[in-house]
Amino acid sequence: MSNLTSSINIAKIVRVVPRLRNIEALLLIFVLALNAFELAQIQLSTIEKVTTDLFLYWTPLAAFAGGIHMILRKYAREADSMILPIAVALNGLGLSEIYRLDLAQIASGGTELFAMKQVVWTCLALAAAAAVIIYVPTHLFLRRYVYIAMITGIALLLLPMLPFIGKTINGARLWIGLFGFTFQPGELAKIALTVFFAGYLVTRRESLAIVGRKVLGVQLPRARELGPILVIWAASLLVLVVQRDLGTSLLYFGLFIVMIYVATGRAIYVAVGLTMFITGALVASRIMDYVRGRFDSWLNPFDPAHYDAVGGSYQLVQGIFGMAHGGIFGTGLGGGVPQLVPLAESDFIIASLGEELGMAGLFAIFALYLLLVYRGVRIAFNHSDDFSKLLAVGLSFVIALQTFIVVGGVTRVVPLTGLTTPLLAAGGSSLIANWVILGLLLRISDSAGSKNRELLAETPTSVVNA
Amino acid sequence: MNRELRRISVVIMAMFLSLFVASSSIQFLNQESLSNDSRNVRSVYDSYKTQRGAILVKGKPIARSLKVDDPYYYQRTYSSSMYSALTGFFSFYQGATGLESEMNSYLTGKNSQQFFEQINAVLSGTPVSGASVELTINPAAQKAAWDALGNLEGAVVAIEPSTGKILALVSKPGFDANLLAVHDGNESNTNYKTLLSTKGNPLVNKAISGDLYAPGSVFKLVVSSAALESGEWTPESTLPNPLKFQLPGTSTYVQNSGEGKCGGKSTVSIADALRFSCNVPFAQLGIKLGQDRIRTQAELFGFGKSVKIPLSATPSSYPENMDEAQTALSAFGQFDDRVTPLQIAMISSAIANKGVLMQPNLIESVLSSSLAVVDQPQPKIFSQPISASTASKVKDMMVAAVARGVSSNGQIKGVEVAGKTGTAQNGQGEPYTLWFTGFAPANNPKVAVAVVVAKGGGMGQGGRGNTLAAPIARKVMEAVLNK
Repeated sequence: MSNLTSSINIAKIVRVVPRLRNIEALLLIFVLALNAFELAQIQLSTIEKVTTDLFLYWTPLAAFAGGIHMILRKYAREADSMILPIAVALNGLGLSEIYRLDLAQIASGGTELFAMKQVVWTCLALAAAAAVIIYVPTHLFLRRYVYIAMITGIALLLLPMLPFIGKTINGARLWIGLFGFTFQPGELAKIALTVFFAGYLVTRRESLAIVGRKVLGVQLPRARELGPILVIWAASLLVLVVQRDLGTSLLYFGLFIVMIYVATGRAIYVAVGLTMFITGALVASRIMDYVRGRFDSWLNPFDPAHYDAVGGSYQLVQGIFGMAHGGIFGTGLGGGVPQLVPLAESDFIIASLGEELGMAGLFAIFALYLLLVYRGVRIAFNHSDDFSKLLAVGLSFVIALQTFIVVGGVTRVVPLTGLTTPLLAAGGSSLIANWVILGLLLRISDSAGSKNRELLAETPTSVVNA
Repeated sequence: MNRELRRISVVIMAMFLSLFVASSSIQFLNQESLSNDSRNVRSVYDSYKTQRGAILVKGKPIARSLKVDDPYYYQRTYSSSMYSALTGFFSFYQGATGLESEMNSYLTGKNSQQFFEQINAVLSGTPVSGASVELTINPAAQKAAWDALGNLEGAVVAIEPSTGKILALVSKPGFDANLLAVHDGNESNTNYKTLLSTKGNPLVNKAISGDLYAPGSVFKLVVSSAALESGEWTPESTLPNPLKFQLPGTSTYVQNSGEGKCGGKSTVSIADALRFSCNVPFAQLGIKLGQDRIRTQAELFGFGKSVKIPLSATPSSYPENMDEAQTALSAFGQFDDRVTPLQIAMISSAIANKGVLMQPNLIESVLSSSLAVVDQPQPKIFSQPISASTASKVKDMMVAAVARGVSSNGQIKGVEVAGKTGTAQNGQGEPYTLWFTGFAPANNPKVAVAVVVAKGGGMGQGGRGNTLAAPIARKVMEAVLNK
């Protein structure tokens, strides 16, 4: 009887495995066709004809996405089937909008073009993701390098603060410049730090969870366990003060708070952490002009005093005007004037898309992000080992939080900061970092699948032995 | 840990929910107020995609939008500076003036009368095309006025008395509106600054606005009308005719132009006073009539009202609360009388049209891009400032002024012309303002005209209305009458 059941289970698994990849293939065909459609629509509504240029922007993404799909078929057959199509959809949409902004640049005689660079970065990023899938045999292998990850993370984080190679762009010191290229090492630091947090918290979660003294009905953590939080808090504030970027600071700190909460299950860490961060940010907003400026622009962007000020709310307000102009259904790709907003192709790509795709389009984009993040959280759910859970939830949350901070900044939910919208915005560092994260999530999801299969496969064996 | 993961999922959901709410707030709830913010230039950019309607004179475009290969889609193009006072300009950098501004809703297709076209455009996914505006202008008269003014600073307005249709409207110096319509912002700004500082203020439409002018003797038509309307005077009524008239309560004397004797008798009739354009009798008539009756008459002719043709004309003004000396001066168009050439043309037009003043109007019709008539203003009465009999008497006096008086340069061979000149002083040493107004043919008027030549026509105090303004008016009337 049980023999019969188990053989059905095995048969089911054998069928399930290629089915996952087939679903992925179908979804990929759909999103790539959509991408071609976007590019064609842009050409039609701006230059009024479809040219072969379309393939310059479409083919590389299609080829590399197809490549990753084949690599998954070979190296990670049971990896999640939705992550790749969703990410390709977002990456393609971003690429289309950047190409659209390029066409506007060309029309007005500008020469600062981004789309071809973005194509090259996309290829590099997908290659990096492929390398992760192929060369990271199992994510558990990362556990061996927890402290290397920590050092790498901190080093990457501190790089822009160095003289000579550190670069300040738009007031934030988040870049390094080498041989004419600029790179945001902080984007890669978030991966290294997530790995470190996961490894560190897995080993310390027992002691961190031990209850300390009870004060005023609240059970505080033990004083010595607060040490690491203080270190991260100080590092975040250092980022805020030296690199002058509230967003990056909030991103690292938020990531750490969430991971420590998942690891220990103790909400007090969230309370303490948030209190500390908000206090720090408020103090910074009082004593640091640029933080105060960001807060003022956030609270009263339409006030002429802030609108007209240098580094004031002009960009934010123009982005909001653009989105309002798009209304519910948008102007259609190529139909709006998103180029009016400074940094329309990077920090404000969501405003550009909001103008041309409307509220309906933004809802769809938010839904894609939400789905992407939930696929990541689902991977955490499905795993039984703590390191995998922490790593998966950390990597997923970092995408969610970054999206929230950027999009929230553009839509006035939070003060505007200098982070980039994952996968959509022009910028190589961010693309590479996010595709590496996706590669890791795919890798982890595959082992979740394998493990399930092993569990199922083991059952009949034991039954037979019995 | 799955309990915590579930809670984190809720937190993530809440974060994204706030983004959904913020997006709805911007793009749906507050969409309209944000779109209408004056700092949001996107609605302006939207307007670029509409092919702006043309402004036409007898079917020929004087302003039209041509497709070009740049982000503005269409280039506004003007045929000639001759029409600059009518069209004004449409510029992405300097805004719009003239008919480009007044008729904007038609030209852009946004007028409520084009509602069905707008619906159709939404359904078919094509942008609304602007409607074309056909003017009442007679191109021959417009060209005659433009050429006759030559390099003089001034203005011409010609009206068809029976309908109020404006046949010519010229302001000099004119300007090339193409200079401002260029799509290069720096070029447009530079050209605009140049025009602003050009002598003679080309951007000011002197026919209907600007600083206005002292009417001088053409105002005697208003005083004559008031006198005849009162019933107390006829054209034959006489007034004392001294060489000099001391203004009451002052030591100032009024003299006739050129220290003339105005017929040389001890009294002079109102008709002869108008024929010779004598100041002394009109100063006395003004005092006898009183400022209130003169003002009432002036207001019936349109003084004090902002006339829309549909360009908005600055109201002409007759002063208030004057003493007798000031009233005397105002009666022959001095003191603080201020008029537009349009106003003076309206006076002639009313006299020509048996005392009925028709609403002056520039718009013949508005045609949609599918050539359907969107709007076609019908002639309508503006006022009846004088009776038909008064009109007839004033006309006879004006005919005499041209035929046998000081307005002789308005004569056209074979056509009876009614007219009145004016030479207004502008203070010590300032050049005169020179006028002619009139209509022809006197018994079946086809055109009423007003001509002003500012700054003495370059002759300081040497020019006269009859020498400089009357010949211009004659050419315009001849153009209308095909002479």
